[in-house]
Amino acid sequence: MKARIHINLKNGVLDPQGKAIKQALEGLGFKGVNEVRIGKFIELELLETDANTARKETEDMCKKLLANTVIENYEIDLEE
Amino acid sequence: MKAAIIVSPGSNCDRDVQVALEQNITSPPVMHWHRDPELPKVDLIVVPGGFSYGDYLRAGAMAAHSPVIREVIDRAQKGVPVLGICNGFQILTECHLLPGTLMKNTGLKFICRDVDVRVETNNSIFTGNYAKGQKIKMPIAHNEGSYFADTKTLSRIIDNDLVALRYCSGDGEVNEDANPNGALLNIAGVLNEERNVLGMMPHPERCSDKQLGGEDGRTLFSGLAKAIMHPL
Repeated sequence: MKARIHINLKNGVLDPQGKAIKQALEGLGFKGVNEVRIGKFIELELLETDANTARKETEDMCKKLLANTVIENYEIDLEE
Repeated sequence: MKAAIIVSPGSNCDRDVQVALEQNITSPPVMHWHRDPELPKVDLIVVPGGFSYGDYLRAGAMAAHSPVIREVIDRAQKGVPVLGICNGFQILTECHLLPGTLMKNTGLKFICRDVDVRVETNNSIFTGNYAKGQKIKMPIAHNEGSYFADTKTLSRIIDNDLVALRYCSGDGEVNEDANPNGALLNIAGVLNEERNVLGMMPHPERCSDKQLGGEDGRTLFSGLAKAIMHPL
């Protein structure tokens, strides 16, 4: 089973990288971008076959290591 | 007095801290490899700067789960003083010994230069050798030094007088121009509520000898030695 994890900065947390990228896009002529937020994407190949257990375990991984919950939110998608 | 310095793969200020401690305490510090959970009995633990685990995932995130860190957390909870410098500060926030976190500098550049910082509280064994409000000069060298905490945490930090150091101007003024990295409220160093854990981005070990261009950091180490050997 695959777990796909999106990690994003929480609302209100400043994202200087996103700002710089927005400016670069504007420089390239893309004027329609209101905001850019940079996150992370992590893909896990899990041995677990039960979706509920897999989700629980992945959540635990996010809380303990993969995300910094002071500044980041995470979303988990499972694919059997 | 015995001190331990935690050495991770990628630590690069461990030996500077070793020299700084040797100059100020009687017995040589223990250089403790992070894989070894058997930390000897010590009176002070220093988590030094560097790029532990190449800053993979987030600065300090991997080292925060090293076998020895569990023991460091346990000792800190028992009251043993723990000092985290730069990457050490990042590790101590990642393992929740200190509130908040350190984000990428707002200017997106690695900053390596001397900065002025103001001692906001001298009510700790780390800062007790300074005067409250004293301006000191210390080098910073980091890419992720922008201190962040949510509003609730931030007010708890302020209400409990846990801000140890703030970036300031040459005349000791704390303002936006003197903020090198975008840290909230110019915070450069933070204590835990029990005041026995300090994390700081500036490097006291890099200014603890005249030959290094400054001695403001030495005041911290000599003060620590004094406070630990002759507790009030």
